[in-house]
Amino acid sequence: MKLKVLSYPYVVWIAVFIVVPLALVLLYSFTDGDLEDLNFTISNFRKFLDSKYLNVLWISVKLALESTVLTLILGYPVALIIAKEKPSKRNTMIFLFVMPMWMNFLLRTYAWLTLLGKNGVINFIIEFLGFKPLDLLYNDGAVLLGMIYNFLPFMVLPIYSVLVKIDNSLIESAEDLGANKFQIFTRIILPLSIPGIITGITMVFMPAVSTFVISRLLGGGQYMLIGNLIEQQFLWVGDWHFGSAISIIMMVFILITMAITSKFDTQKEGSGGLW
Amino acid sequence: MVIRIIKKIYLWLTLLFLYAPIIVLIVFSFNDSKSRGRWSGFTLKWYVELFKDSNVLKALYYTIGIAILSAIISTIIGTIAAIGIHGINGIGKKVILNLNYLPVLNPDIVTAVSLMTLFKFIGIEFGFVTMLLSHITFCIPYVILSILPKLKQMNKHLAEAAMDLGATPMYALRKVVIPEIMPGIFTGALIAFTLSIDDFVISFFNKGAGVTNLSIEIYSMARRGINPVINALTTIMFLVLLLMLLYINRKQEKSIKKRGGVI
Repeated sequence: MKLKVLSYPYVVWIAVFIVVPLALVLLYSFTDGDLEDLNFTISNFRKFLDSKYLNVLWISVKLALESTVLTLILGYPVALIIAKEKPSKRNTMIFLFVMPMWMNFLLRTYAWLTLLGKNGVINFIIEFLGFKPLDLLYNDGAVLLGMIYNFLPFMVLPIYSVLVKIDNSLIESAEDLGANKFQIFTRIILPLSIPGIITGITMVFMPAVSTFVISRLLGGGQYMLIGNLIEQQFLWVGDWHFGSAISIIMMVFILITMAITSKFDTQKEGSGGLW
Repeated sequence: MVIRIIKKIYLWLTLLFLYAPIIVLIVFSFNDSKSRGRWSGFTLKWYVELFKDSNVLKALYYTIGIAILSAIISTIIGTIAAIGIHGINGIGKKVILNLNYLPVLNPDIVTAVSLMTLFKFIGIEFGFVTMLLSHITFCIPYVILSILPKLKQMNKHLAEAAMDLGATPMYALRKVVIPEIMPGIFTGALIAFTLSIDDFVISFFNKGAGVTNLSIEIYSMARRGINPVINALTTIMFLVLLLMLLYINRKQEKSIKKRGGVI
């Protein structure tokens, strides 16, 4: 049976809707002028070297890293606590954690607008207690909070799924051999959960570095992350060449991050031992 | 003992963090005034207004329509493609699988602008067709990825046996292979449907005049400031979701019990 033939329509689809579009973005990033009259240039990339744009890149990467680290610090204990529960309780807890993720992502981000706003709930409580209202919205902190809020489940779930699979007899034998709780965590649980941590890091870092919704809604109209820059160039400024160049830069950044994290992962696995 | 209590408190605080915004929205959907912080009496007027809002209703219609269409089409293309890919060996398979992975690994915004560039390049008018095509494109890889493991698990002699017994290849495919991989197809369709219904970024770049979806509508409403109609919408969506998830959960529990508690 020549089943191979069945894949041909999709190969065409891949070519038209995946390969050609990305090739076009690459082409646009290295050219300028109209479609009929494209000229090769690297000016789009040189334009990005302006301190204005480099600063946007720096803030995007910084916020993405901060939110990744914070979701890891907040999420790891959650995953650990749930993984140690009885199976029936475990499923309910995970259900509770996954549930908000099914809500529309924009609604969840919008919800913080109501909480953090000038006349919002949190400021109402602060005023009620007799303090001055705070400027909670439209700053770095609000964007960071939005990222942590939206991406926390992406960190908890992969770590949890690795932690539940850890063979309990490993921990028991460590206990028998005299390891204390701290040693069991640093020598057994943590090393074995590294694949989960790495999946979590990529699942948080990638959407965080490329977001433009969270920064637009919680950071305000003037707030610029690299995602907003791409949106601006494609939808408002109309400089598709520069927009394409920024997209390529972002892709390269993400590829580098993934290469680094996956290398870290295979090293651990390749060495065969726990450390 | 103390540690146990600390663990409990930590867990509940995290859950509070995740749910507080949603609960606040739900409560304020019944608030009489437009203000966010103050409560000034119970009302249902935002719900009435929501169902009078023709933009929201149109967006809802497009969201569901595109989700159903893209789920069906991407499941059909994805199933056929998965069976085909399963039949290839060597480097060709590797190349196809890696290219298939691209929309999964790429940030949404890159997929979005690349498709936007393509549609502009070909000269299709932005609207329903571009949105549907882009949804199908980012859904197919997930369908394929959920079907391929099922194909790998399948006994590869099953189809051969069917053909030895006189079935034509098409008949064997329809009566033997497809039923074997049905759970994978079903999961794929479900993933495609939810991805499409929830998508914002890719739709936002490939929408056309008059064609939006719910996410785009929420985004433009939220950008203009606080709108209690969104709160009403949140409440309804949360309830629908809750009922759906509880239903699925109960069904799963029943089927687990049927199999004697083995998951």
